[in-house]
Amino acid sequence: MTADFEPRITAFVCNWCTYTGADLAGTSRLHMASNVRIIRLPCTGRIDPLFIIKAFERGADGVIVSGCHPADCHYTSGNYHARRRFAVFHDIMGFVGVDPRRMTFSWVSASEGAKWKDVVDQAVSNVRELGPFEAYRALAPEAVEAETVGSPGAEVTP
Amino acid sequence: MTEPIYTGVDDLRRIARELLEAGDVRVIIGWEHARRGARPVFVSDPAETDKLIFDTRCVHNLVTYLNPRRDAVAEFGKIGLVVKGCDVKAVAGLLREAQLTRDDVVLIGVRCGGVLEENELPAALALTPENVAPRCYGCDNREPTLTDHLVGEPQPEPPRPVMTIDERVAVLDGQPLEERWAFWTDQFSKCVRCYACRQVCPLCICERCIVEKTQPQWIESSSHPRGNFSWNITRAVHLAGRCVDCGECERFCPVGIPLSLLNRKLQHIVRDRYEYTVSDDPENAAPIGDYRLDDQQEFIK
Repeated sequence: MTADFEPRITAFVCNWCTYTGADLAGTSRLHMASNVRIIRLPCTGRIDPLFIIKAFERGADGVIVSGCHPADCHYTSGNYHARRRFAVFHDIMGFVGVDPRRMTFSWVSASEGAKWKDVVDQAVSNVRELGPFEAYRALAPEAVEAETVGSPGAEVTP
Repeated sequence: MTEPIYTGVDDLRRIARELLEAGDVRVIIGWEHARRGARPVFVSDPAETDKLIFDTRCVHNLVTYLNPRRDAVAEFGKIGLVVKGCDVKAVAGLLREAQLTRDDVVLIGVRCGGVLEENELPAALALTPENVAPRCYGCDNREPTLTDHLVGEPQPEPPRPVMTIDERVAVLDGQPLEERWAFWTDQFSKCVRCYACRQVCPLCICERCIVEKTQPQWIESSSHPRGNFSWNITRAVHLAGRCVDCGECERFCPVGIPLSLLNRKLQHIVRDRYEYTVSDDPENAAPIGDYRLDDQQEFIK
């Protein structure tokens, strides 16, 4: 882990609750870690587990998935479906050796700006503790090639 | 040529012949003995039904021929299919997902006492802990259901393999994260992306697979560890709660990735979280695509 490591975290959030909640956190001038890039989607039900894999592929050190609380879904049941999908994905990623602390799942409503701040700060501190996701970056074609050719210090672009 | 010893094989051939002669089905899909062992066979001539066999080498899950992706098979017209008890789970899976109409197929069930891990043998072998297919241990479909015809006598319980799939999963579960990561990335790095696992799967039913979509390209298609990781995880997750544990993906994998361990782990997950066990009952709703208001959410803040 490098001392000046700044985690890169991708957040997949639903339009109706968490995005609005994050907006509220902003307009309330809450101070929080600035490591999170938000991607807004219509609903947590729209978030394919493949999005998370793709985020790691593109160099994310951690991800956040957040949406409406149960019973609050704008589309009635999107978050219930997402809950099952992410439970399975969360467990199987653990089985193949991805630290579950790199993946934060939360329910944040439109009025919970303060909770969003907590979720972000917690996720950033978790990932900061774990360090950069070098193990995943080592899977990249450039990294594998660099290893085979034996050129130490080859720059790996995520 | 070894004579089959399975007691129901005469009934199997008779039923197949009668079905073809009566025009009830256009083709019977079963197993035959060939140069390299048992293999699937399509029989459309009643005179050729004597080709059909059933023994411990009949490992194939023939339900893969009912997969709606296989439109060349559907062109035959009505199909008669020979199924073991475990294969019926795949039929139930297709019925559950409205990918098959029950009337489009005649099922001939064979009572099975377990199969070998290896089918390319000149003659059928008696099952031992060393040669039995690990998935047969603890079989809960000894008696095929949903079938139109049933042949064979009740068979003995398959032997316990040297190491069961559950035990192998438990070994991995007991390892620290880093070791599991090293194990799986090493396994996945062998993948040559031939997609045999997908092609043989009776329940990989997408007309166009996500891995073949290029704009945007979600899964890198060349064979390198990062794309292989995405592919293998995605394949497994798409079968969560749907996989019937027929083990065909692992058997077909040319580089020997232990996919059945991933599949079995997913079965454990849906069992522990949603009390779901994949069954031969098409009315039993699959866990993904369904939900309950009080589903576990201990991993969500």
